[in-house]
Amino acid sequence: MFQIFDVLIIVAVALNFMALGVSRIRGVINAVALQGVLLGIFPLFIHSELGLRGFALMAVAVILKGRVIPAFLIEAIREADIRHEVQPIVSFITSLLLGALGTALALVFSSTLPLTTEHTSLLLVPASFSTVWTGFLMLTTRRKAIMQVLGFLILENGILLFGLLLLEAMPFLVEAGVLLDLFTGVFVMGIIIHHISREFSSISTDDLSELKE
Amino acid sequence: MVYLLILFPLAMSALAFGVKSNRVRPLLLPLGAAVQLALVMYVIFELANEEDVTGLHGWLLLDPLGKVVLGFVSVLFFGCSLYAPGYLAYRVDRPNRVFCTNLFASLAMMTLVTLSHHLGLMWVAMEAMTLISAPSIYFNHNTRSLEATWKYLLIGSVGIALALLGSFFLAYSALKSGLESTLLFDQLVADAPLLSPPWLHAAFVLLFIGYGTKMGLAPMHAWKPDAYGEAPGIVGTLLAGGVTSCAFLAVLRVYQICSAGPEAHFSRQILIVMGLLSMAVAAVFMARQRDFKRMLAYSSIEHMGILVLGVGLGGMAVYGALLHLLCNGLTKGVLFLSAGNIHRAYNSKSTDQVRGALKRVPLSGGMFLLGYLVIAGAPPFGPFISEFTIASAAMNSGQYLAGGLYLLFLAIVFVGMGATVLAVVQGSPPTDMPPTTFRDSLSTSGPILLFAALALTLGLYIPDPLQALLTDAAAQVDALDELEPRVAAAAPAP
Repeated sequence: MFQIFDVLIIVAVALNFMALGVSRIRGVINAVALQGVLLGIFPLFIHSELGLRGFALMAVAVILKGRVIPAFLIEAIREADIRHEVQPIVSFITSLLLGALGTALALVFSSTLPLTTEHTSLLLVPASFSTVWTGFLMLTTRRKAIMQVLGFLILENGILLFGLLLLEAMPFLVEAGVLLDLFTGVFVMGIIIHHISREFSSISTDDLSELKE
Repeated sequence: MVYLLILFPLAMSALAFGVKSNRVRPLLLPLGAAVQLALVMYVIFELANEEDVTGLHGWLLLDPLGKVVLGFVSVLFFGCSLYAPGYLAYRVDRPNRVFCTNLFASLAMMTLVTLSHHLGLMWVAMEAMTLISAPSIYFNHNTRSLEATWKYLLIGSVGIALALLGSFFLAYSALKSGLESTLLFDQLVADAPLLSPPWLHAAFVLLFIGYGTKMGLAPMHAWKPDAYGEAPGIVGTLLAGGVTSCAFLAVLRVYQICSAGPEAHFSRQILIVMGLLSMAVAAVFMARQRDFKRMLAYSSIEHMGILVLGVGLGGMAVYGALLHLLCNGLTKGVLFLSAGNIHRAYNSKSTDQVRGALKRVPLSGGMFLLGYLVIAGAPPFGPFISEFTIASAAMNSGQYLAGGLYLLFLAIVFVGMGATVLAVVQGSPPTDMPPTTFRDSLSTSGPILLFAALALTLGLYIPDPLQALLTDAAAQVDALDELEPRVAAAAPAP
């Protein structure tokens, strides 16, 4: 059981690299959606008895991240009629290298933190830090507003990965917190993206550079 | 009773959404704010029994610290609500349904933050507050305010996300020590000495960065000049006085937990260094600032720095910081609202065009000048007392380096801000600009006078109930210091 879980965690981390490396926005959306679905089913491996509420929250998480949010983002691209390339500020190769560096550092850093005995063998903590790092990388090195939203989603996924450690101790808080954050955040950002695309007929944040010292 | 404090503004929010008339709707603001203020004052000063102010199994609890912030936010909101009808009447071309609805909803969320005694609940309220205030920044619906809103939303959301990770770390530090995992404040403060130090350490850093972003401390302040510069003056006041105060409360809660545990010295040093850094950044960017609304944003960054510095210094400075929370917020009301009036009277907020405000809008121009003197610490106003308390606490506890730098930055800001303010108010209005119809009137100047009068009152005389409340709140933050002598914990900033 735990071996399958480890493999799935590694897949989730690999999706970070896919999100950093693919050149089409659709590809990034797919990677983030798949990662969201994977994370959505992780509670099955951690919690022995989920209960009805646990299952309900899990289903909501999977549907939201795997279906609703991606559809919403794809709709935003279509409506804004933007070019479908990512157009990063730093090259894809550099992004991937930075991502790899971050993952290595995450492994080192998480080995310095003391874990409870039942968590020591889990890859969750390094995977979480590496995903948070990837989210930051996307937020800072991509021009398009929609890519920054995707970076934010990855960042949230990383935080949820860590939250899984607490699932047994405070199940409701972890799930509800992350879902609320995701849904409301992405929803409001989606509205703003809509306004940006109407105002500038593009959603590149390069246009958002009027305000500075 | 506590539920009513949150439900009432929410109900007003729904009512504001339901009213159809663009002219009638703004009148709900002063009405609702007055009732809310009365409710809050009743709860703070009349309900002595603790059971009356708890709810949701201890998740909601109004303690002295919460009372200080809640009372202040309600007063500030009331002052702003008096200003709103006059302002929105002038801008009747813009629909204000979303604006009014969101103002009430954000009041409800600010109230919830002050009542939360659970880290998770507080986090949810902060998140909601961030999202709700975003559309208000976009009130003017132009490209510049769009950019400001985007930055506010993105940076704010990332900050809040980090605070969530920090909350998880805190919960895990309890789990690691074999304690029952909880995010209830009182439980965490009681457990603090037993929490796993590495996790607590990391949790404090993440929570401080997260909520510090919402406070607008340097170097997480990038959203602030843009948001304050583009938002209407009334929103600027509520952001600079209300939202930041709530974020400061969140920082204080986290600090309370850490200072009760093994991380007291570490967290105190972080607060001192970050406070001084914010003051320094503000001092640098305020010099030669031509946009006077952006200048106010840097002033806000400076004063948020003073707040965390005061808490880091400990002892009397904590009391000074809490008093400064009130004084700074009230003075920010004077500055932002008068700056908003000047902005309207010139249709510009750059000192390239705006000159001679004392001639065109004498009252607003005069109050803008007065607000500058007050915030810089001119006696006999409130900020003088609070800023002086922090300085003398630093010196008396032997933290000369931090105290010296604090005074130095205050002096630099005084000069830098003065150049911009004087450029705005002095001289004669430019003749080559299209004229505007906006002039001083009672509805847009009265609230400014009210804020100035309150700031003056705090400088001359602090009523006994308020004094007792501030002392209780300060003791709550810095309870440790009554046990150990200050000298031992005094650490010079690097």
